[in-house]
Amino acid sequence: MSADLIIVLTAVLVAIPCALLGTLLVLRQMSMMGDAISHAVLPGIVIAFFISESLGALTSLIGAGVFGLLTAVLVEALRNTGRVKEDSSIGIVFTALFALGVFLVSKFAREVHLDLNHVLYGEIAFAPLNSLLVGGVELGPRSLWAMGIVTALAVGMVLLLYKELKIATFDPGLAAAIGLSPVLVHYLLMGAVSVTTVGAFDSVGAIVVVAFLIVPPATAYLLVDRLSHMMALAVLLGAGSAVVGYYLAAVFDVAIAGMMAVVAGGFFVLALLFSPSRGLIANLRRQRRNRRSFARGLLLAKLAGLGDRATTEEELVHHLSWDSDDVSRALQDASSDGLIRRSEVGEVVLTDEGQVTAHRVVENNAAAI
Amino acid sequence: MKPNNVQTPSATFPLEVKGITAAYRDKPVLWDVSFQVPEGQLVAIVGPNGAGKTTLLKIIMDLMQPAAGRATVYGRPFSKARQWVGYVPQRGSVDWDFPTNALDVVQMGLYGRLGWFRRPGRKERETAMQCLEKVGMADFADRQISQLSGGQQQRVFLARALAQDARLYLTDEPFAGVDYKTEQAIVALLRELKATGSTVVVVHHDLGTVSDYFDRVVLLNKSLVAEGPVEEAFTPENVAAAYGGGVKYLAGAK
Repeated sequence: MSADLIIVLTAVLVAIPCALLGTLLVLRQMSMMGDAISHAVLPGIVIAFFISESLGALTSLIGAGVFGLLTAVLVEALRNTGRVKEDSSIGIVFTALFALGVFLVSKFAREVHLDLNHVLYGEIAFAPLNSLLVGGVELGPRSLWAMGIVTALAVGMVLLLYKELKIATFDPGLAAAIGLSPVLVHYLLMGAVSVTTVGAFDSVGAIVVVAFLIVPPATAYLLVDRLSHMMALAVLLGAGSAVVGYYLAAVFDVAIAGMMAVVAGGFFVLALLFSPSRGLIANLRRQRRNRRSFARGLLLAKLAGLGDRATTEEELVHHLSWDSDDVSRALQDASSDGLIRRSEVGEVVLTDEGQVTAHRVVENNAAAI
Repeated sequence: MKPNNVQTPSATFPLEVKGITAAYRDKPVLWDVSFQVPEGQLVAIVGPNGAGKTTLLKIIMDLMQPAAGRATVYGRPFSKARQWVGYVPQRGSVDWDFPTNALDVVQMGLYGRLGWFRRPGRKERETAMQCLEKVGMADFADRQISQLSGGQQQRVFLARALAQDARLYLTDEPFAGVDYKTEQAIVALLRELKATGSTVVVVHHDLGTVSDYFDRVVLLNKSLVAEGPVEEAFTPENVAAAYGGGVKYLAGAK
C-alpha cells in the first residue's frame, strides 16, 4: 500500500465514525460534549501508556473509554448539584481532566515517547510508518487497524441501535416511558465517542478530531431532513474533507489534519450560504419574495378600498406612506401579473382579476388576524 | 382503531396513586396525594402553575422517585405495566427541528412493542399510516415535522399515542397552544379512545373547558384539593381552594 493511500484511508476511517456519532451529538445539542471528551480522554491514554509501555491500541482504547465515561458521569453529577449550569460543568470537568493528562505527560515525558504536540495536533503523516506487529508478524499500518476497529464499532452500534438512538435523541421522555432507557443510550454514545476520539488521537489529535465530529454533521443538517440522510451525508462530507484536504495539504505543503479541518469548514460555509432550504441566501430570497408579494397584496387592497375611481401613483404614495420606489415596484409586480392597468392619463386601475385578488387578500388577512 | 389486544388484569384501577409526596431538595411539590382513576374515564388533572401536575406524571412513569408513596398501573409498578400505557409529552418538550417526518414520529409509538434492537418494518409503517389517517394527517406523512403547524404537531403526537395502542393514556397539556379546531379534533379523539374502553388522563390548564370535556377531575395544589366526578368535585369552592381564591370566575357557570 502506498503511503498516500494509507494516510487518506486512515483519515477516512476517522471521518466515518466521527460523522455518525457527531450527527447524534449535534442533534442532542451536545457538540461541546464531543469537544470535552476528546480532551478529557488524555489522562486515560497516558495511564494506559504507562501500563502497557506502548501506545497499544487496545489498552489506550480502554483507558480512553473509561475517562470518556468518567467525563460524562462527572458532568452530570456536577450539574445535578444544582450549583453549576451544564455548560460550566462541561468546562470545569474537561479542562481539569485534560490538565491532569498534560501534567502526567510533562512529568513523565522523559520516560515515555508521547509528546504534547502530538497529542494536540496528531501527525497523520506518520501513519504509514508505524506497523502493527503481532508475534513478530507485520500486519500493516497500526493506524488503519485502530481506526478500522473503531469504525466497525461505531457503524455496528448505529446499525444495531438506530431506532433507540433516534428516539432517545428526539424524545427522551417517551423513550423512558416505553422502556428504551435514554440514560443507557446516553452513556453508550458517550463511550463510543470516547473510543472514537482516542482512535483518532494518533492521527489527527485532540483538536482536529472535534472538527470531524461536529462540522460535517452540522453541514449535513443544513442540507437534508431525515436522520438517516443526515448521517449518510455527514459521512460523505467527512470523507470528502479528508481526501480533498490531503491533496490540498500536499499542494500547499501544510499540516495535513489541519487542512482537512479547513476543507470541512469550507463545506460548511458553502452549505450555510447556498443550502436551498436552510441557506442564508435562500432565506434572504424567501424573505424578499414574501415582502414583495405582501406589498403587492397590500397595494391591491388599498386600490380596492379606494373604490372605483382611478388613482395616481402620487396618491398611492400618500395613502400607503411608502417610498415612491416601493410603490412603483409593487405597481410593476401587480401590472406584470395583469392585476392592474394604466388609464390613458397614467392613473392606476384594478383589472377584473385584480379586483378578485384584492378581495381574496382582504379576506385572507381578516382570517389570519 | 382495532380492539385492544393486550390483556390487563380486571378488578384493579388503571391508575392508583397512594400517598405520594415529592420534593425538589427541601421544597415539597406534592404532599400526600392519593386518588384512583376508574376504568374508561376521561380524567383531568387540574391545578395552578407549580401545583405538581407534571411532577405527578413523572412519578407515575417512574422518571422520578417520590419521597414517599407509590403509583400503580393496573395494580403493578409502572416498570411492569408500561406496555399498557401510552404517553403524550408536552409538545414543547421535543425539538421540532429534528430531521424526521410525521410518519416516522408516529412509528416511534411502536418502538416500545418492538423492544431493543428490532427495527420497524412494513407492518409498523402501515400501522403508523392508519394512525395518521385517524387524526386526519395522512396527507402530511412525508412532511418534515418543523413544517407542521402547532395543531398539526399535536395531532402527530396523538397519532403516535394511538399507535401505542394502550389501555391507559397519560397526556401532558395536549391543548396547549392549539387553535379551536384542533382542540375539538383532539377532544373527539380522546372521546373515541374512551369509547374503545381506554382510560385517558389529561394534565389540563383551561378551567373553562373542564366540565365540557371530562368525566372526572383531580384538583391539585401540592396536596389533593378534591377528586371525583366533575359535577361533584369541580365546584366553585374547590376551584377557589385549589387556586387560592384568586379565580373568581366561570367555574360555577356550568
